[in-house]
Amino acid sequence: MNLAAATNESLAHTSNVLIYSSMAVYTLAFFAHIAEWVLGSRSKVGRTAAALSGAAGSAAAPVVVQAGSTAVLERPKVVTRAAAGTRDVPDGPGAAGGTFKGDLWGRIAVSLTVVAFVVEAGGVITRALSVQRAPWANMYEFSITFSTVAVGAYLVLLALKKNVRWIGLPLVTTVLLDLGIAVTTLYTDSDQLVPALHSYWLWIHVSTAIICGAVFYLGAVGTVLYLFRDSYENKIASGGTPGKFAASVMERLPSASSLDKFAYRINAAVFPLWTFTIIAGAIWAGDAWGRYWGWDPKEVWSFITWVAYAAYLHARATAGWKGRKAAYLALVAFACWLFNYYGVNIFVTGLHSYAGV
Amino acid sequence: MGKTNTTDTGAGATAAEREQERVDSAAGERLSTAPREERPETGPQTGTGVPAMGVVGWIRWFWRQLTSMRVALILLFLLSLGAIPGSLIPQTSVDDLKVQNFKDQHTTLSPIYEKFQLFDVYSSVWFSAIYILLFVSLIGCIVPRTGQFVGQLRSRPPGAPKRLTRLPAYTTWRTEAGPEEVREAALGVLGKRRFRTHTVGDAVAAEKGYLREAGNLVFHVALIVMLVAFAAGQLFKSEGGKLVVEGDGFANTLTQYDDFKSGSLYDTDSLAPFSFVLDDFVGTYEESGPQRGTPRTFEARVKYTEGVEGPERKGVIRVNEPLVVDGTKVYLIAHGYAPVVTVRDGKGKVVSRNSVPLLPIDNNITSTGAIKVMDGYRDKNGVKTQLGFKAFFVPTFAGEGKGQMFSQFPGAEYPVLALSAYSGSLGVDSGLPQNVYQLDTSKMNEFKNEDDELLKKMLRPGEKLDLPDGGGSITFDGIEEWASFQISQQPGNGLALGGAVAAIAGLAASLFIQRRRVWVRAVRGADGVTVVEMAGLGRSESAKLPEELGDLAAALITTAPVAPEKPDAPENPDTNEAGSRPVHPAEAPAEGAEK
Ligand code: HEM
Repeated sequence: MNLAAATNESLAHTSNVLIYSSMAVYTLAFFAHIAEWVLGSRSKVGRTAAALSGAAGSAAAPVVVQAGSTAVLERPKVVTRAAAGTRDVPDGPGAAGGTFKGDLWGRIAVSLTVVAFVVEAGGVITRALSVQRAPWANMYEFSITFSTVAVGAYLVLLALKKNVRWIGLPLVTTVLLDLGIAVTTLYTDSDQLVPALHSYWLWIHVSTAIICGAVFYLGAVGTVLYLFRDSYENKIASGGTPGKFAASVMERLPSASSLDKFAYRINAAVFPLWTFTIIAGAIWAGDAWGRYWGWDPKEVWSFITWVAYAAYLHARATAGWKGRKAAYLALVAFACWLFNYYGVNIFVTGLHSYAGV
Repeated sequence: MGKTNTTDTGAGATAAEREQERVDSAAGERLSTAPREERPETGPQTGTGVPAMGVVGWIRWFWRQLTSMRVALILLFLLSLGAIPGSLIPQTSVDDLKVQNFKDQHTTLSPIYEKFQLFDVYSSVWFSAIYILLFVSLIGCIVPRTGQFVGQLRSRPPGAPKRLTRLPAYTTWRTEAGPEEVREAALGVLGKRRFRTHTVGDAVAAEKGYLREAGNLVFHVALIVMLVAFAAGQLFKSEGGKLVVEGDGFANTLTQYDDFKSGSLYDTDSLAPFSFVLDDFVGTYEESGPQRGTPRTFEARVKYTEGVEGPERKGVIRVNEPLVVDGTKVYLIAHGYAPVVTVRDGKGKVVSRNSVPLLPIDNNITSTGAIKVMDGYRDKNGVKTQLGFKAFFVPTFAGEGKGQMFSQFPGAEYPVLALSAYSGSLGVDSGLPQNVYQLDTSKMNEFKNEDDELLKKMLRPGEKLDLPDGGGSITFDGIEEWASFQISQQPGNGLALGGAVAAIAGLAASLFIQRRRVWVRAVRGADGVTVVEMAGLGRSESAKLPEELGDLAAALITTAPVAPEKPDAPENPDTNEAGSRPVHPAEAPAEGAEK
């Protein structure tokens, strides 16, 4: 064995160590989030219920700007109102429920997530260096890159000061699951690359596919929480009393309409990129296999996913399909994406035979 | 009013409130060209269920249904549902052999599948029906929407609704500047930000973001362009395969292909005239390390001639880099080895000398095949007969006695050719199609060795296998490589690519651009101070809209500064009282809008 090969193997080993370390840190982040939720449950907020059951005063009254005798150019305050037909419910205070201790644990959780992200990204990069190519030629590599990108997208949203900390716990949980599956059942040693993958399109097509999946995933989490929160609000609005646990959790989430908007924005923002991914794949297939569209199972499911998201966007613009029905469509669309990722690689054989399971 | 707005249209609404609702919806009207939804039960029927409009009425009703958003949505859903079986059941268009195997294994299921065209989903009647309906719906949707959109571009943004406080984003302040001055400044501020503006009564109406609608229309039109390009490609395409051994060539005529498929409108005269010779095939592989054997380069170096008598040029074809000649693409699909063998008869005369392509069976290019000598050979008694050899080739042999004869490395580092010999009839005259890589030994006799077993030998280059009793010999002279090419011609690719790029651009415009309206109303109050009200309306609620409104207000305030507070301002119910008391939306000025 020559020297280059030895460094490759030690890099691959480093990568594995980093991935395992990131799992350990994600586990700590998971417990910190749990602490945040538990401590936050002790606060009594009750805002949602108040807003929905009519106890609150008129929150949306416009405030007229007052200027003192000093003629300062004050920026006028803009009053916003919910569109007709949507509930005017304030967002929940977040997992910490406004408690100091809960918030502290929440911050610890986010910090740990940042650390875990950096470690995991290191694992992906060393893996790439060890195989000297893009780190996404089999399902193991695909999985570790996928969760890294999902966490990265979440951290970017946080850095942009978006109200997304509520997604922390579900995200960290599923990232642990994803990595667990990756290191146990999907693990493959650095392997041979089929010649069709020798192309710069590998970088373009597969990286955008991973980004789309990771961000669609954030949207799907938002959609699921929207559905829960919406039933919760419906229940209160119709005079019901939700269970204590449900109330404690739902209470602290953003309002249904905020969650719905979050999911829509995410999905709508990624859809053009997904369209691009499919077209880039078609161009690559044209160069590698001599036809740009051949109804290979992977192609079929990308197409299905694309049409399902298009249906979701149409549903949002169609009276009578907004809200819950559209949300179900969004979940169906994401399920199609997941099946394309796991299902097609495992159950269906096609030209995209890089699964390595 | 706050949260009670959700019940505005309920039973408790007063006539005035309903009127307000109407004015407001007029202001928000045509912020999109999406077709209005019809209720499913609004058919051309009277209450008794008797068609009241005759055939034309029915057709119109059907057309309206087909071009509604709801039906488009359902068709989209059906399209994705319909695509599923094709990914789970083998498809003739993808893999013929697999379909055959499936049919052999599932004798009861297959006829049912065949009936529903499940082996050809993507060209089936029902799948075609879904997408054709969808595209008819799409055209039926685009045409009127384009007309409407052009109309909107020609007309001006609608005037301000009566009560601006009811809009999603609202702000107000009092200023010493006169109403005309404020409106003039508003026109300037909005105009500078590329809003389309004009003044209606006491308010400035402005609108921006038309590109959203334009992008949406471009996207939907681009879908049609892509479909047309795809259909044209299918109808006019041709595709064929050819295996070429180093040193051999190919000319683009029908007879030269190993296999050939074409679209139903394809004309074989339109095969582009060109030819090429495979000079050299180069495959290099990782020599060491965990990735030993991983292909590093595959290159087919060719000399090609465009047209019948064009100049000869050099080219290199790689896996992801086809050679493009006159609109036809030549792809490198596969490669393998072709041992060069010489067969001699008992007198030492050369009967044949060929390079025989063998088929790879694993990643290290362990290959199998058959060497056939059809004619020219006579056995030791001078009787004409045919010879056949089963060939097994490994480019890199593990070494004597090291397990099975499988190749250890794809490069030809230690090539070994194993042959077993037969004589008799190759069966080529029986009329049945023959696989060139297989030897049919049903009418052949084995050559025997001293132990009366099948005559076999492993040969290194230069070595030979002697046939028994002075029956001649076969020599393994050396190795050539072969490459197989797919030669395809598919018109419409450029159009499809153009459509795809337009689709992405249109989609981005449609999803990222907000179409929104802003109104600025300036009315002089009874106390002589001007009340400025600004409101914004978007197609969907967006966090950006209030922000933008704030920016606009901040810009406007430089010309219309906030008036200092007058604690003794007279109480006037008709004007917007800008005092310490927040104004309740329900009390917002109503008459200003009437001017
Ligand atoms: C070929 C299948 C179709 C696909 C893939 C498709 C895709 C899309 C997508 C992705 C959007 C989202 C853009 C946005 O939200 O602004 C959209 C919007 C829209 N589509 Fe389609 N569409 C199809 C067919 C149709 C048909 C048949 C109609 C007419 C009945 C239609 C009418 C519309 C309208 C009106 C919008 C704008 C909705 C809005 O204003 O938000 N589409 N379409």
